Amino acid sequence: MLRQIEGSRAVAEAIALARPQVICAYPITPQTHIVEGLGEMVKSGELTGCEYINVESEFAALSVAIGSAAAGARTYTATSSQGLLFMAEAVYNAAGLGLPIVMTIGNRAIGAPINIWNDHSDSMSMRDAGWIQLFAETNQEALDLHIQAFKLAEALSCPVMVCMDGFILTHAYERVDMPTQAQVDAFLPPFEPRQVLDPAEPVSIGAMVGPEAFTEVRYLAHHNQLRALELIPRLAVEFKNEFGRESGGLLRTYRTDDAETIVVALGSVNGTVQEAVDTMREQGVKVGSLSLCSFRPFPLAAVRSALQHAKRVVVLEKCFAVGLGGIVSDGVRKALSGIVLKGYTVVAGLGGRAITRASLIKLLESAGRDELEAVTFLDLNREIVAHELQRERKARRTGPTAEAILKSLGTVASSVG
Amino acid sequence: MLQVRIHGRGGQGVVSGAEMLSVAAFLEGRHAQAFPSFGSERMGAPVMAFCRIGDEPIRSREPVMEPDALIIQDATLLHQVDLFNGLRAGGTVLINATRSQDELGLDELVASNRYKLFTLPATEIALKHVGRAVPNVPLLAAFAALTGIVKLESVIAAIRDKFAGKVGEGNVAAATDAFERVRKEQEGQHA
Repeated sequence: MLRQIEGSRAVAEAIALARPQVICAYPITPQTHIVEGLGEMVKSGELTGCEYINVESEFAALSVAIGSAAAGARTYTATSSQGLLFMAEAVYNAAGLGLPIVMTIGNRAIGAPINIWNDHSDSMSMRDAGWIQLFAETNQEALDLHIQAFKLAEALSCPVMVCMDGFILTHAYERVDMPTQAQVDAFLPPFEPRQVLDPAEPVSIGAMVGPEAFTEVRYLAHHNQLRALELIPRLAVEFKNEFGRESGGLLRTYRTDDAETIVVALGSVNGTVQEAVDTMREQGVKVGSLSLCSFRPFPLAAVRSALQHAKRVVVLEKCFAVGLGGIVSDGVRKALSGIVLKGYTVVAGLGGRAITRASLIKLLESAGRDELEAVTFLDLNREIVAHELQRERKARRTGPTAEAILKSLGTVASSVG
Repeated sequence: MLQVRIHGRGGQGVVSGAEMLSVAAFLEGRHAQAFPSFGSERMGAPVMAFCRIGDEPIRSREPVMEPDALIIQDATLLHQVDLFNGLRAGGTVLINATRSQDELGLDELVASNRYKLFTLPATEIALKHVGRAVPNVPLLAAFAALTGIVKLESVIAAIRDKFAGKVGEGNVAAATDAFERVRKEQEGQHA
């Protein structure tokens, strides 16, 4: 049924349709509306057979999720930013133990400086924790990915993060096609755990493993993610057969067939990128884009096949490795091993800075002339940076950087973009 | 595609105004997208929300940089925020104010950009029907009357989707009142 609702509401309803048995969460912006919505549904009786557990922190939220998943319950939680960092130890444990928890990340920057707005730093901080990470381009895809995520997680006994851009998606009202319970039931069978903590058949989960077997356990986790590379596209096909629309998969390309320049990006910015691609195509510029849905596992072969005929690749990242550059770029470069083409990393949209079509077009024109630096920060205000660096040269005690920059900017009341 | 930017202060229903506009458009079979600005939303602080309405799925996620129309829920922002930034020449401006365009000191700006500017005492209308200073709904209904982008029935359905019971019905009354005021004013101009 077509609905015009907030992204968070759409995800909450999709989770409810997946018949979760335990939901535990701790509120943090911008994912809060999702778990609030689920809390209301459990309380009103709209969502039955589900225990909603309030906890005192994100660390507790995921720890409870680990316990309930180990007890064989379909388990869901959600977090963002600092909340994900606070649960970090449990994030690794959930994956290491092979517990198929589904967690939404309402993507948000990580402080300091504190910032509640969108970028991908939070998910990226946990990229090697062993979870599958899927990025949604639209609210429809966010909704759909959650339904796929339970099936994927449970098939592989591996936890899945569904990453959706904070505010840009979580707080956006747009049209979604909400599936029926019968459709979701037909697609998603009840959870059959591979391992269960059951007093009737006692086992222990979480053995201490020494050098004699640690490598093998870790290797199997890697092997499992490689299986996900096959399963993710299969689930997307199954999903299309059941629901009649394309969602998920490893990646999607847009006008890449004869493209000389291809932009690679994750998540909601792909919509704006496609707008920029269309504008430039009208001017005869051969550009295209690639939306990477599965970041973990990283689909090396699919990325290689999609990019290999381009002359240049621009990886647009809402995050970066300080002191190095791109994070997504690393995977893309690995995918293109042995292929000679120009590769650029563009860091954009940090802490909620708008990524505009105008800026993207300017950027792509510059890339087309091969005038970009290897690592570029989109719309970086060089004047502010220069001013701050000069201040630091002049005096020793310059005080905190963030506060000084805000002061020199003046009061930021409400600027567009 | 029509792009609308709504300016106001935290607590005035700026974000829910954009959301209801998108719902009203959706109910008429259009594609619509509404989202808040990514600023600190707190009571009294300047806030913005955006709404795009079109016949195709809306892909762009950038803030509305070049709006076709502005809804200004708080006229005191005229001196604080660059409200007209990017507004296309000939664009529609709807301001919550008891004062006229001339009294607001906007004659020259409006004339030089051929803006179509209207004022509506939306806070007064809201106080009368809802009992709270929430000007978003009367402005939305007035905007519907001015632009014809959505019908009053769709605005009313969007209101009922958002607010239940007495609050919902108060807002419906406020919307109807605002819609009729604009209609009467327009008829007066055409007569």
